[in-house]
Amino acid sequence: MFKMLNPKRFYYAVGRKKFLEFILLAVFILFFYGPLMNMLMLAFANEYTVPHVLPEVWGLKWWGYVFGQKSLVSSIIQSFTVAVITTVISMIFCIPAAYSIARFKYPGRKIFMLSFLLTNAFPKLGIYTSIAVLFYKYGLMGTYPGVIIIHMINSMMFMVWLPSSAFRSVHRQQEEAARDVGAGPIRTFFKVTLPMAMPGISVATLYTFLGSMEEAQGTMLVGLANIKTMPVAMYGIVLDSSAVQIGAVFAILLIIPSALMIFLMRKYIGPEAIAGGFKMK
Amino acid sequence: MSDRKIKLQIKDMTKKYDNGDGVAHINLDVYEGEIVTFLGPSGCGKSTILRTLGGFLDVTEGDITIDGKSIIALPPEKRPTAMVFQSYNLWPHMTIYENLAFGLKLRKIPKSTYDPDIKKMLELVHMSGSEKKYPGQLSGGQQQRIAIARSLLLKPSLLLLDEPFSALDAKIRQEMREELKKIQNDLGITVIFVTHDQEEAMALSHRIVVMNKGKFDQVGTPEEIYDDPQTLHVASFIGEMNFIDADGKTIAVRPEDLTVVKGTDKADLNATVRTSMLMGHYVSLTAQYGENIIKCFVDRDVAEDLEVGDAISLAIGKHTIFKDGVRSKA
Repeated sequence: MFKMLNPKRFYYAVGRKKFLEFILLAVFILFFYGPLMNMLMLAFANEYTVPHVLPEVWGLKWWGYVFGQKSLVSSIIQSFTVAVITTVISMIFCIPAAYSIARFKYPGRKIFMLSFLLTNAFPKLGIYTSIAVLFYKYGLMGTYPGVIIIHMINSMMFMVWLPSSAFRSVHRQQEEAARDVGAGPIRTFFKVTLPMAMPGISVATLYTFLGSMEEAQGTMLVGLANIKTMPVAMYGIVLDSSAVQIGAVFAILLIIPSALMIFLMRKYIGPEAIAGGFKMK
Repeated sequence: MSDRKIKLQIKDMTKKYDNGDGVAHINLDVYEGEIVTFLGPSGCGKSTILRTLGGFLDVTEGDITIDGKSIIALPPEKRPTAMVFQSYNLWPHMTIYENLAFGLKLRKIPKSTYDPDIKKMLELVHMSGSEKKYPGQLSGGQQQRIAIARSLLLKPSLLLLDEPFSALDAKIRQEMREELKKIQNDLGITVIFVTHDQEEAMALSHRIVVMNKGKFDQVGTPEEIYDDPQTLHVASFIGEMNFIDADGKTIAVRPEDLTVVKGTDKADLNATVRTSMLMGHYVSLTAQYGENIIKCFVDRDVAEDLEVGDAISLAIGKHTIFKDGVRSKA
């Protein structure tokens, strides 16, 4: 068994091509999962100092610390609140917009579609600064609505383009067939069109939720010091080098919802679903 | 014919699209238990008429009645019609059973009533046992059977079929045609069928409406349409037809109505053999007559005598004469 681990033996056993592929894969895994492993160990170590490869004392000390700090717990709650509200509100606004783009031909349809790209086409910081000017005027600085609007602006492109392509993939005849057997337009939408477009919509929803969870730049600028989501709190933690392990705990907390949602929607997330959203028709 | 009940009446119906295309002043009575086919090249307006019947298009002018009641103000879900489309009839996120039960549930029919109906209907379309499958697991022909079954389950006054078999391959198309005719015969329902396939129209219909550029060219039984075409378009669209120009008129004669005799000046036209092709129990022969190429079907024993380049005489049997595209009575 261990004889097989001899590199020379391994090289001749699998051939040159496979061997190089293996090396490449190993490097990639190390590069990709190495920091992740390190982070995991940091989060679950009570003591972990430089010369040691593995933590000296394992434990949940830092988890206890994080959940004991009121400001950190409140940042977790704020993050989830903002992400859920952002997702729900952008669904309410963007799904009908996506449907209209997919189904109705009206003048300015393409411009309307492109306008969602614009928010992603310019440096974000510039947009945030000019938005801040407006927000000061309307008293939205440092408020939840202000932060949620910023998050929505970031997610709108995904939230309109992906569902719109999903709606387009529902054939008109399938809707007409539902009308024909006796369903009214609203029932047709909820029983036929929406369920068939669900994969695209759920992918978009996922992006919106995750995007909102990790948004820091705009939240910091517009939220001032009042709204402190997890990524904003991260800035403070990272600046304090003694709190590296708190950062690791936080990072895991941020990863959990993404990993969970990606796992739940793994069936729907594929290159085709995403590429489909960027077709202009 | 007058004692038969009129099921559908289209009265001076006009549907114009924004670009000016469409159909104008359409009048047609369809009797109960009839299969009427709209036949014509693509873009002739046949689907437009069908969609106005189903409620998917508004009419610009005129009226449509079913059993004497006007239906033009009703949305599709309120009409007593059921439509089968060319494709994408079924909802892929529902099982076959759910697809079939969807409309029945909307009508608040209890499951105990419709469950045996669905079983029976699946048997009728030879699809028993597919209840739990999803449409994606069925072939195109099977999906169309389910679509027809779904429409029939709703016991429509009028079944509308919009080229339902055109996406299927030739052999299955033939089977589906025969089955549809049998089902229609068993249930006695009235069917409006749209196709661009003249063979399909001939095989299925009690009456055919031949359409061209938004107008009716001819309405009649398959025999009438085949034997007695009223316009040049009908003559050229249905079956095979030779057109021979003579003194500003056009003589239309079918390949089977020409008799071939060996030698010159034995019959109406002098020609030479151009090609000869064995089609099975008969031979398809083309003859060069001046500028025209004339196709005739001849018996094998006659064809055996003939070589390419031989001089032959053609006798014209049953034929029709057209002047300016319209049948001339002379």
